[in-house]
Amino acid sequence: MIEPTARAPRWALWLPLALFALFVGLVIVGLVRPASHDIPSRMIGQPLPSFALPAAADGQPGLSNKDFTGKPRLLNIFASWCIPCGVEAPVLAELQRQGVEIDGIAIRDHKDELAGFLARNGNPYARIGADDISAVQLAIGSSGVPESFVVDGKGVIRYQHIGDIRPEQVPMILDKLKEAQQ
Amino acid sequence: MIRRLLLPLALLAAVPALADDTMPPAPYAYRQLDDPAQEARAQALMETLRCLVCQSQSIADSDAPIAGDMRNQVRLRIMAGEDPEAIRGWLIQRYGDYVSYAPRVTRLTWPLFAAPLGLLAIAALLLRRRFAGARA
Repeated sequence: MIEPTARAPRWALWLPLALFALFVGLVIVGLVRPASHDIPSRMIGQPLPSFALPAAADGQPGLSNKDFTGKPRLLNIFASWCIPCGVEAPVLAELQRQGVEIDGIAIRDHKDELAGFLARNGNPYARIGADDISAVQLAIGSSGVPESFVVDGKGVIRYQHIGDIRPEQVPMILDKLKEAQQ
Repeated sequence: MIRRLLLPLALLAAVPALADDTMPPAPYAYRQLDDPAQEARAQALMETLRCLVCQSQSIADSDAPIAGDMRNQVRLRIMAGEDPEAIRGWLIQRYGDYVSYAPRVTRLTWPLFAAPLGLLAIAALLLRRRFAGARA
């Protein structure tokens, strides 16, 4: 027979309930503030990998990493089949109106569908490269469309914006571009 | 009555907007490598790489276009003779540890590896005390 050596203190009785309350608390926090599923690129501060994409639209040049010289540019990763990209289009137009130079990379896009998208939504891009197998997208650590990267005059990635740029985020993007000028 | 039926009928007629591309998959997204040894290496690696848009699937399991593009890239690099761990490193450089299902020991993750050892040590200590006590 085993003699009970020491009785558990009285407060220990509440331990399971406390653990349960903690668990419920965690669940509530998870429901109220769901974790972000964005995957930030680790390429911020790194130079653009070298790439040369063919033109995605007729009458406009393709895009290479060597095009990122001079002043900071906005690199927009988009596609005609991506619905938020259409929502973002007026915001890109506004950025262009304010003097931002924007280049695009069209992901897995057909030429005719892209032409339709640009005709419908306007074309704020100086150059558009066609990335049919997401090769450049993977090389810069982007995981979806739309995403925008601020690239400085030396071709170094300075900032990544995941998802469409909202109208109220225009000043923030302009700030990031200004920062990249220094 | 008609009004009550209207909403369900409208829902029946609604078609979800297509939010996916119509491009054919990349050449090696669904095609195996000709060399079975290389394909085995690629497969083993692909099973331990996380799909970026379907976050509980490996790229070997996922039919998302970007997962197909990642498989294409993995297979082409294996075919070119690249080491699987170098390919994993290339992806981790871009997406962080997140993209890999094979955990590494880092400043952040070492407790995961140390905790079982610590628990074993505590268990050994407790057992020794108990058995030593029983003999005495």
